[in-house]
Amino acid sequence: MNNLKVIFDRDTWQEIFGSISKNKVRTVITVIGVLWGIFIYITLSGAAKGLDNGFERQFENIAMNSMFIWAERTSIPYAGFKTGRNIQLTLSDMNYIKKTIPEVQFIAPRNSRGVFWGGPPLVVRKNKSSNYNIYGDFPDYTRIATKKIFNGGRFINEEDIKFKRKVCVIGERTKTELFEKDEDPIGKYIKIDDIYFQVIGVHKFIPGGGFETDGDIFIPFETFKRLYNTGDDVMWFTIAAYDDADVVSVEKKIKAALKRLHNVSPEDDRAFGGFNLGEIFNKIMGFSKGMTLLSLIVGIATIMAGVIGIGNILLISVKERTKELGVRRALGATPNEVRNQIILESVFLTLIAGIFGIILGAFVLFGISSATKDLTDFPYTNPTVPIPYILGALFLMIFLGTLIGLIPAQRAVNMKPIDALREE
Amino acid sequence: MIKLKNLHKSYKMGSSSLHVLKGINLNIEDGELVAIMGSSGSGKSTLLNILGMLDTADKGDYILDSFKIENLNETKAAKYRNKFLGFIFQSFNLINYKTALENVSLPLYYQGISRKERQQIAVDYLERVGLKEWATHLPSELSGGQKQRVAIARAMASKPKVLLADEPTGALDTKTSCDVMDLIQKINEEGKTILVVTHELEIAKMCKRIVKLKDGVIVEDSKVKQVKASSYV
Repeated sequence: MNNLKVIFDRDTWQEIFGSISKNKVRTVITVIGVLWGIFIYITLSGAAKGLDNGFERQFENIAMNSMFIWAERTSIPYAGFKTGRNIQLTLSDMNYIKKTIPEVQFIAPRNSRGVFWGGPPLVVRKNKSSNYNIYGDFPDYTRIATKKIFNGGRFINEEDIKFKRKVCVIGERTKTELFEKDEDPIGKYIKIDDIYFQVIGVHKFIPGGGFETDGDIFIPFETFKRLYNTGDDVMWFTIAAYDDADVVSVEKKIKAALKRLHNVSPEDDRAFGGFNLGEIFNKIMGFSKGMTLLSLIVGIATIMAGVIGIGNILLISVKERTKELGVRRALGATPNEVRNQIILESVFLTLIAGIFGIILGAFVLFGISSATKDLTDFPYTNPTVPIPYILGALFLMIFLGTLIGLIPAQRAVNMKPIDALREE
Repeated sequence: MIKLKNLHKSYKMGSSSLHVLKGINLNIEDGELVAIMGSSGSGKSTLLNILGMLDTADKGDYILDSFKIENLNETKAAKYRNKFLGFIFQSFNLINYKTALENVSLPLYYQGISRKERQQIAVDYLERVGLKEWATHLPSELSGGQKQRVAIARAMASKPKVLLADEPTGALDTKTSCDVMDLIQKINEEGKTILVVTHELEIAKMCKRIVKLKDGVIVEDSKVKQVKASSYV
């Protein structure tokens, strides 16, 4: 018999629909099993995806394979130097790292006043004043950590560095505190530690860890150098490795290079400090991948339980319908026709249940999505289930439905019509 | 129409075997109305099952319409049943969630006849058994006699060569039995070959020929003067 023809035959479906609608309670209970399974699957994997998206959002303003490196004091005497020596990073370290470690994509030295060293400098504009953290930056910094600048403004560029321009990028809070409500700060001047700086941009603050705030002021590195007389000193490096590089080993290489440059014992783990965002990010992503996998396994197991339930109920139903099947056989139904009918019943029930489950799960995810939309500090965004997951689940259901339908179908076929007819 | 030659059948009952049919020889011509009689255990049901291809004989020939029935697998048997035979059961065996019309059109569905045609044929046969108005009713809404008439319509719908009736009146009262037998006689008069298994002499007498079975052999085979069922009503 042509199987495809059977599936697209309206009569086949009428037969199936007839026998399914015969016992509505049985059908509903059967359907609920699979519906619950697919519902759990959709909701769980959607929820896991939401967590995944949430974590990614937390990191969206900084390169995922970036790290910070700073210098501390030596803890081991080495090469004639005694222990406890202060190490100072310099711009030449940057050039050496760039040259010797090919995995490093960007490296941005930074200096600051107010964050780690010294109090925040006083910033004055007309009759308003406040204290803000000042950073000395290279343009490359924005390649590692995204800085969103409001329309009309810009970040520090190469020219600013070259000509040691006295320009600055201010924070949202700085703007509201120092300027009038509707005033455009671009092109206006503010006084930082008694030196006038022209405002070239306002950066949008994105919360999500780190020590930066919405009041930070960025000025060119070279200008910072002259303002605070820091020479070639660097407080810390912000470094981004290439996407395919292993951030942990890159960090080790950089530290080893720095140890060589600064005559520090290779065993001295305390001379240089580092904070490896990439490593932490990988851990979090690993956790979120684990959650996704867990939700997949739980979901699929629940679907399987549901489908097995369908198989069970169909088995009972075949027993109940022994006589009917015998009559059908006596009237000329071939074993194949009987088998196909029962398998199609199984697949049909599974699919109907699955589709309802998907719709229900989508509603729940929509609810979760609306409820978590405005939570900016909670790592949860846009819980969705990728279409391939849904198609995969549907395919799995059809497959399992067929497989499980085979058991009652085979039982129905194995019965001799004469025995089936005798059954009372 | 039907030729049986030295038909044997035994059932295994644990270690011993039960010899149910011990060499049946029977010729049934086209258009006959034959009653197969016998007490329970005489083998009449087994014989009917073999005739209905629901069971196979161990030994002997079964020729249906000059077509030798042998080496049947289930698929083949199903096709032959659908093409050659119509069944009428004691307990009607209508499918209870299908209407009278759907029940009658079921064998046609298995013949692969299109839906429209199927319904037309089913309505025709329901009309012939006088139940056209009941076409949309479920079996549970019909009386016993009506159910059996639907079953007869169903058996007829596939235009079989032979109708096999297993105690068609066994579940019916006398009056309804006569109605049903009247219908069977009418169908026979139109030329259909019909076998009726019964243990009631009254019913057997309404046939044209009585074959008596005892302990797996035919003990009596005689033509009788048919009693018209309509004369009882």
